[in-house]
Amino acid sequence: MAAILVFSERDDIAWQLLGKAAELGREMGLGVAAAALGSADPGGYANRGAQKVYISKNEQLKTFEASVYAEALSQVAKQADAAVILIGSTRRGKELAGRLAQKLGAGCISDAGSLEVKDGRLVCTRNALGGATVATQTITTELQVIAVSPGLGEPIESPETAEMVEVELALKPSAVKVIARSEKGQGAVDIEGAEVLVCVGKGFTRQEDLKMAEELAEVLGGLVACTKPLATDEKWLPEDRVIGLSGKSGKPNLAICLGISGQVQFTVGIRDAKTIVAVNQDPNAFIWQMADYGIVGDLYEVVPRLTAALKG
Amino acid sequence: MNIIVCVKQTVDLQQVRIRKETREPVLDNIPLTIGNIDKNALEEAVRIRDKVGGKVIAVSAGSEQLTDTIKEALAMGADEAILVISTEFEGADSGAAAAALAQAIKRVEDYGIILLGEGSADNYSGQVGPRLAEILDLPQVTYVSSLEVENGTIKAVRNLDDCFETVEVGVPAVVSVVSEINEPRIPSVTQILKAGKKPKQVFKPEDLGIEITRSITTLSNLAPDQDRKRILFQEGTDKDVASLVSALEAEGLVRR
Ligand SMILES: Cc1cc2nc3c(=O)[nH]c(=O)nc-3n(C[C@H](O)[C@H](O)[C@H](O)COP(=O)(O)OP(=O)(O)OC[C@H]3O[C@@H](n4cnc5c(N)ncnc54)[C@H](O)[C@@H]3O)c2cc1C
Ligand SMILES: Cc1cc2nc3c(=O)[nH]c(=O)nc-3n(C[C@H](O)[C@H](O)[C@H](O)COP(=O)(O)OP(=O)(O)OC[C@H]3O[C@@H](n4cnc5c(N)ncnc54)[C@H](O)[C@@H]3O)c2cc1C
Repeated sequence: MAAILVFSERDDIAWQLLGKAAELGREMGLGVAAAALGSADPGGYANRGAQKVYISKNEQLKTFEASVYAEALSQVAKQADAAVILIGSTRRGKELAGRLAQKLGAGCISDAGSLEVKDGRLVCTRNALGGATVATQTITTELQVIAVSPGLGEPIESPETAEMVEVELALKPSAVKVIARSEKGQGAVDIEGAEVLVCVGKGFTRQEDLKMAEELAEVLGGLVACTKPLATDEKWLPEDRVIGLSGKSGKPNLAICLGISGQVQFTVGIRDAKTIVAVNQDPNAFIWQMADYGIVGDLYEVVPRLTAALKG
Repeated sequence: MNIIVCVKQTVDLQQVRIRKETREPVLDNIPLTIGNIDKNALEEAVRIRDKVGGKVIAVSAGSEQLTDTIKEALAMGADEAILVISTEFEGADSGAAAAALAQAIKRVEDYGIILLGEGSADNYSGQVGPRLAEILDLPQVTYVSSLEVENGTIKAVRNLDDCFETVEVGVPAVVSVVSEINEPRIPSVTQILKAGKKPKQVFKPEDLGIEITRSITTLSNLAPDQDRKRILFQEGTDKDVASLVSALEAEGLVRR
């Protein structure tokens, strides 16, 4: 039977995807398989909704390298008779998806934010135009590769135990040598689950001044998140605090945006907030179009006042 | 060794407006530009050239207007351009873009490094680099935040989700960059004037034997509904702050 094949270099994401694949497989009449390549815990895949779990002891899979993994997955895909390949849309997952799709002559959608079956076809949504719009799309090639945003799908416990299939893969060593790796060791802040987010942008001129935002967040019982330049250029906050197209998406009850211009690549990550408040000194800033409430003014004056008022 | 940089023409996203009744984006008469991260790739190409020599060749696939849009890349320091022009690229897929770029690149002698952005400004799919690497059978190094090229070896730091990874690979290779790698230069007036005179080769897909594939059907492309109250307090005074706090209290969002 043709199958949905699932892979992520992260087991937790692979298991989420298996939960989703089990649901889609039932609707589309497809089996579900997982490629537990490079996983430290292939046994952990046994009761996650797959009928078959492909494993390999090939030496080349020890470190993740996209071209090697693309070759490995293309071989597994043939053996598994894959009709759909779901990959976790991490950075590694995205670079893998593109290369694999090219190898297999498949159409590919990356960063799919939703996935459902309509009239027998898989329909995906993804951000387009930098996040200004959401495109609803289908892939028309026989084989489809979809890189799915992490967080879509819930891991399941299935009574059925998957068959472990060990595959022989023909793989050449990668030309890319990994010299060093340093973990980012980011704290376990849950921006995506926060009820209140205080988002800071380039309206702040010094790192020390972020204390104002932290105090406001504390009064509100929320977390501080930021725009991309504050993390990647200024390095004032870790990258796991970035909201937006290349960062995270929150769905808080309340988001307060301080000194943020409101370009689409940022607002796409905050648009599901119930209420948005903004403070910006520019009366023509884009952020006003996204705001429920706004104060036009210097955040250096407004934020301490706001914190004080909330403290009562 | 020559350096290739792939730049994509897109509408200036800051100027995209949404039609209120239909939620459709209004794309007519919006100026075209080169993607932000593509400019980082170009800046990196120019810096590498200034160190190791060779030429920077900008390669792009897109519509007619590209002959004009590409001047921005030439003004920023690319020495030459190769363009693949067709109206058919509209609605084509990332595979079509990669195929066109690959055939154009094959016409360049002695290329060592092919630079791209991690994702395009509009669709941000991140597929073109890996697809291009597969077509050309080259190694790929993606999401690069710092790059050195010396004696035919590329040393790069990759910014991945949970780690930084330092890698080495020999040329030629496909490299995609993230925005923090550099600050793209703003071209001077003299450079802008010179840009129009730099060599450009223009091809049609059929000249290069490329078939434009369409593997994706877009059923709709709409802005999500944003029904915001848009209540602005103009002063930022204590009184305005108090009004804001009362409004938030009334909605049950904060407690005093
Ligand atoms: C492919 C791509 C992906 C991207 N992904 C992301 C992403 O995931 N997340 C993201 O955030 N960005 C992303 N960006 C960048 C994005 O386009 C913007 O550049 C960024 O969001 C701007 O950040 P900002 O609002 O903090 O800074 P700016 O645009 O510089 O805005 C600063 C604002 O602060 C206001 N201000 C200044 N001083 C004060 C003051 N004293 N008091 C009050 N207001 C003040 C100014 O009026 C201005 O509106 C991406 C870009 C690209 C091309
Ligand atoms: C609403 C909409 C949705 C779309 N969705 C998809 C989709 O899901 N899948 C799909 O396959 N296609 C899709 N396309 C088509 C896609 O935009 C084009 O094929 C495009 O040329 C490839 O862009 P990308 O966003 O995939 O590029 P990316 O892979 O994100 O671009 C990465 C880098 O590659 C380089 N690059 C990309 N395109 C070009 C080019 N044409 N010329 C020179 N350099 C380039 C740039 O350096 C860029 O920074 C869509 C188009 C529209 C209008």
